[in-house]
Amino acid sequence: MSVDATAYAATGNAPAVAVTLSRAPRPGSRRWAVVIGGALLPALILAVWQFVTATGAVATSQLPSPQMVWEAAVDLAQRGLLWQYVAISTQRVVIGFLIGAALGLALGAVVGLSRFADILLAPTLGAIRAVPSLAWVPLLILWFKIGEESKIILITIGAFFPVYTTVAAALRHVDRQLVEAGRAFGYRGARLFFTVQLPAVIPSVASGLRLALAQAWLFLVAAELIAASMGLGFLLSDSGNNGRIDRIFLAIILLAVLGKVTDSILALFERWAVKKWA
Amino acid sequence: MALTQPPLLSRSSHVTNRAFSVEFAGLGRSFPAPKKKTSTGVLGDVTLRIEPGEIVAILGPSGCGKSTLLRIAGGLDSPTAGAVTIDGTPVTPFDARCAIGFQEPRLLPWRTLSDNVALGLPRGGSRTDGREIVAELVSLVGLSNFAGHTPRQISGGMAQRTSLARALARNPGVLLLDEPFGALDALTRLRMQDLLLEVHRAAPTTVLLVTHDVDEALQLADRVILLGKGQDDAANGIQQVVTVPGIRPRDRGSAELAELRAQLLGGLGIERHAAGQEHL
Ligand SMILES: Nc1ncnc2c1ncn2[C@@H]1O[C@H](COP(=O)(O)OP(=O)(O)OP(=O)(O)O)[C@@H](O)[C@H]1O
Ligand SMILES: [Mg+2]
Repeated sequence: MSVDATAYAATGNAPAVAVTLSRAPRPGSRRWAVVIGGALLPALILAVWQFVTATGAVATSQLPSPQMVWEAAVDLAQRGLLWQYVAISTQRVVIGFLIGAALGLALGAVVGLSRFADILLAPTLGAIRAVPSLAWVPLLILWFKIGEESKIILITIGAFFPVYTTVAAALRHVDRQLVEAGRAFGYRGARLFFTVQLPAVIPSVASGLRLALAQAWLFLVAAELIAASMGLGFLLSDSGNNGRIDRIFLAIILLAVLGKVTDSILALFERWAVKKWA
Repeated sequence: MALTQPPLLSRSSHVTNRAFSVEFAGLGRSFPAPKKKTSTGVLGDVTLRIEPGEIVAILGPSGCGKSTLLRIAGGLDSPTAGAVTIDGTPVTPFDARCAIGFQEPRLLPWRTLSDNVALGLPRGGSRTDGREIVAELVSLVGLSNFAGHTPRQISGGMAQRTSLARALARNPGVLLLDEPFGALDALTRLRMQDLLLEVHRAAPTTVLLVTHDVDEALQLADRVILLGKGQDDAANGIQQVVTVPGIRPRDRGSAELAELRAQLLGGLGIERHAAGQEHL
């Protein structure tokens, strides 16, 4: 795992990029071939990384060697901080994601199903969505100080919009003929929703959830960079202040791995949903 | 196909339905024309009373408003003029007294055929009864071997039969069928026609059946309605009402039916002698 992780990190990108790497395997390709194929580039990057740092082609103050990053991880782990940071960051993402996704489902359903709610709510929600994530941070800190709420609310905002948008749009585009058939057979309201409309949008909901999760990690880092005393974002900003480039790499690698692993879980759900409901 | 007294058709609980009369009074429907302030009349001044338990076939050229008339009867659409009543009371939106078999199958793609048929079951029935009725209907339309398939795994004609079974599952007072046999081969079509008559005999519901097939209309219906435009009508109306003589099954070769067939085909704009040749 650390090999993968290192390699992802060496591409120098946040989890959002790892997300796009997780396409489902093309039909016909064997599972092991997919695994090996996907590991090729990371292995190559790791090798090049090792080579340039070992030969001194790049100064370790600019690019720490893989071993330095590993040692930074061991060091933090021995002080009990590594696990704590990973745990608190994951916890914030999961809680914020769950609340945001639930709210997104509910409001997306209301706006997607009711023309009235659409007229009433959609413009306001669209405007709130247009606010850049960082703009919320000072306000949230003022209101909630530096406690958990401020971070979880920010992540909730981040997770809410992808789900809200996809659910509302998908519900508006459910096959009218199917909805009419449902109504003709006596289905109305909640029964109609659970029999026809909800199943029809489950694949879109699944992809909305994946987007929301990626956003949740994004907003987590935004929140922790600015206002936290624990977590991976804090590790990033703290290491930046202290010039600990090895820890910066470590934090990036951990974000990549965590983002990729959580996304893969949702990818499994999405695959099942598409197979079952599309 | 063994249609001799299947349990569904003899089960008393399933035969509790009543057949309702359907009455169109001066009914008209026009749709707003795109980009214009005017509107185009599709149906105009349709007046017709259908007796409880009667089978009425609706014929007419494509686009003359057959589906529209059926949708209005089922409360899926409302008239812009006149009124439609079932059993003497006005039709309500998505009237529960009707079941409709749409022109398209309209099956839920994520449900198996059985579960799609079950969608048609009236509310409030017991679950085990429901399951039995569904299984029986699925086998009556000849799809037992495909009960667990999803709509994407079956052919168009099979989907249409599933849709017919779904409408029958409702055991409605008024059965509205929009070209229910359109996608079927000749043999399956005859079987499904027999099935419809069998179901009708066991539980005499009122049936409005849209079809393009004059022979089908003459075989199945008590009366055949020909919709279309007259000489200088703006909208489509009833051009002919033909009462079909004889009890079913009718002799396809009888001179009487041949005369009616020629008359209806003439009404559809097909020349009399051409129709005669077709018959030969
Ligand atoms: N929702 C609608 N909006 C506008 N026009 C409509 C609408 N529904 C039907 N029409 C028009 O009404 C006319 C009749 O349509 P309808 O579907 O009833 O025809 P039909 O007799 O069933 O034809 P077919 O035999 O091809 O099924 C058509 O010209 C169609 O364009
Ligand atoms: Mg039609």
